[in-house]
Amino acid sequence: MAPRTLFEKVWARHVVAEGPGGQTLLYIDRHLIHEGGFHAFEALRQSGRRVRRPDAVFATPDHYVPTAGRAAGIADPEARVRVESLRADTRAAGITLFDLDDPRQGIVHVIGPEQGITQPGLTIVCGDSHTSTHGAFGALAFGIGASEVAHVLATQTLWQRKPKVMRIRVEGERPPGVAAKDVILGIIAAIGAGGGTGYAVEYAGSVIRGLSMEERMTVCNMSIEAGARAGMIAPDETTFAYLKGRPFAPPAEHWERAVAFWRTLPTDEGAVFDREVVVEARDLAPRVTWGTSPQDSVPITGRVPDPAAVEDPVRRASMERALAYMGLAPGTPMAGLEVDRVFIGSCTNSRLEDLRAAAAVVKGRRAVVPALVVPGSGLVKRAAEAEGLHEVFLAAGLEWRDSGCSMCVGMNGDLARAGERVASTSNRNFEGRQGKGARTHLMSPAMAAAAAVTGRLTDVREMRI
Amino acid sequence: MERFSTLTAVAAPLDVPNVDTDQIIPARFLRYPRSAGYERFLFHDQGPDFVLRQPAYREAKILVVADNFGCGSSREGAVWAIKGAGVRALVGPSFGDIFFENCFKNGVLAVVLPREAAADIRRQLHDRPGALVTIDLGGQAVTAPDGTVHRFEIDPYRKTMLEEGLDDIGLTERHEAAIAAYERRRREETPWLP
Repeated sequence: MAPRTLFEKVWARHVVAEGPGGQTLLYIDRHLIHEGGFHAFEALRQSGRRVRRPDAVFATPDHYVPTAGRAAGIADPEARVRVESLRADTRAAGITLFDLDDPRQGIVHVIGPEQGITQPGLTIVCGDSHTSTHGAFGALAFGIGASEVAHVLATQTLWQRKPKVMRIRVEGERPPGVAAKDVILGIIAAIGAGGGTGYAVEYAGSVIRGLSMEERMTVCNMSIEAGARAGMIAPDETTFAYLKGRPFAPPAEHWERAVAFWRTLPTDEGAVFDREVVVEARDLAPRVTWGTSPQDSVPITGRVPDPAAVEDPVRRASMERALAYMGLAPGTPMAGLEVDRVFIGSCTNSRLEDLRAAAAVVKGRRAVVPALVVPGSGLVKRAAEAEGLHEVFLAAGLEWRDSGCSMCVGMNGDLARAGERVASTSNRNFEGRQGKGARTHLMSPAMAAAAAVTGRLTDVREMRI
Repeated sequence: MERFSTLTAVAAPLDVPNVDTDQIIPARFLRYPRSAGYERFLFHDQGPDFVLRQPAYREAKILVVADNFGCGSSREGAVWAIKGAGVRALVGPSFGDIFFENCFKNGVLAVVLPREAAADIRRQLHDRPGALVTIDLGGQAVTAPDGTVHRFEIDPYRKTMLEEGLDDIGLTERHEAAIAAYERRRREETPWLP
């Protein structure tokens, strides 16, 4: 057989039928849902259909949940209705729900891996574009819209056109102080916010192989910010060690067989990609965004770019608009820019290692601006507390919250005010993303923590940790 | 779903690349059921001079957009807002993958034209606000206000779904035997999966 890519192998295993016009009916192994699923459940009800495989669906509330005072219930009546409908819809269908009072509740992309629901070689979908996160395990995982959620609930399949495949190799040795977030921000800056459109991306190379599972998730999470619905990393010993013993991972009696299968998945020598990109590790540095697209990032040592230096009139106009929104003048050094607020959390950066990295920076210091720390799940929170990380954050004056999407998308009311500048570990610096008129600068947890204690964008490499 | 055949309508130009779904519909509106009328939320936080608020484009049924339109989140509410506002077709050089898929699920035609062609149509629409564009799905052609005809590609499946106004769950259910056979094989090959 001709050499095949990781993507091709996973795709081929899931073909149920070939349809008209180059469409393929793909079997979906696991379907994750959150409160946004109410649109799809409503559509199912209207058409008189039922959930075909409730045992393949896992649910948790994350977008609308409060991150403080949770015991008192959800004050916002509309948000409460969303969580209640998820409860009612999953109960009626017999779907596993990690509810608000369950320690396993959390951001859907954090708990899938944490529970071992996410595994190599699976197809995983969720009505959320950051489903690409799960590709860190060598799964084919991608976000879908509400109509597709309804389709998967009803049929456990999805019609898809095969995307092209791009390999992005990050080669060399990761410089000190460079986080996984900096790797992916660097990649997005290199290929552009639309550079991955129409592709499934495989991340490879020595830097990627050296990443922990949590770091790999950060990289794959932001694939969609480069336009790619799916980002994948070949499973290896790091993957297997992470999964072993997790509640929904293959049990002991099947473990060896599962690992043997997973070992067949990595891209074969000589397999051909539609596009190959190489990023040199030595070019990587802690990065921050200056604009309103995740592609708009520079090293922290850099400056706000000058639109006047850009020839393409469309690009120039869009940069000018971004700088006006961000309240920034061309040529301003990024380091030293005053921030009003800090957010450490989101499906990109809310796992234990992220919290450790942030805690290491704030330890023994004081936050000078309001700062939220929102762990990705109840279990992440528990593990962090077992290490005393919460005490570090609280002693430094940061807020230690309950898990959820929180200020990444602000749907639960955790928002910044208009004009406020936010140092954020989330994934999108879009206009209005963290609140109408709020100005988001994306960065790693360590960099956000540095901004919390200095009140400015700060090169974390210059801080004593 | 409403069928799509030929559409001649006012088209509005959106020149900014990377228009994300948060701009199309801010997240705070997604809590409402679709019946709330998502058109009220379309480009909600854009200023009064935003193109769709200008009188000449108020009746627009076609948007002619720039690169990577609809990038960002998977929220189908972005398409509901667009469709709710009466827009039936988008023309542009590239679209966010999930948004693109969502368009077709809702009977909205997203036409991909070369960057220069889309830019040229936008220029004409700026020069003659309120000018008409024609999209012939059967003939796979977009006619610009100046009469220039741009052919476009569309995969036959999507075309049929739009032309016939079909819902694809019904279509998939005809494959039930194949799905069941797949599940039997899967249980043997990967017994650790439910």
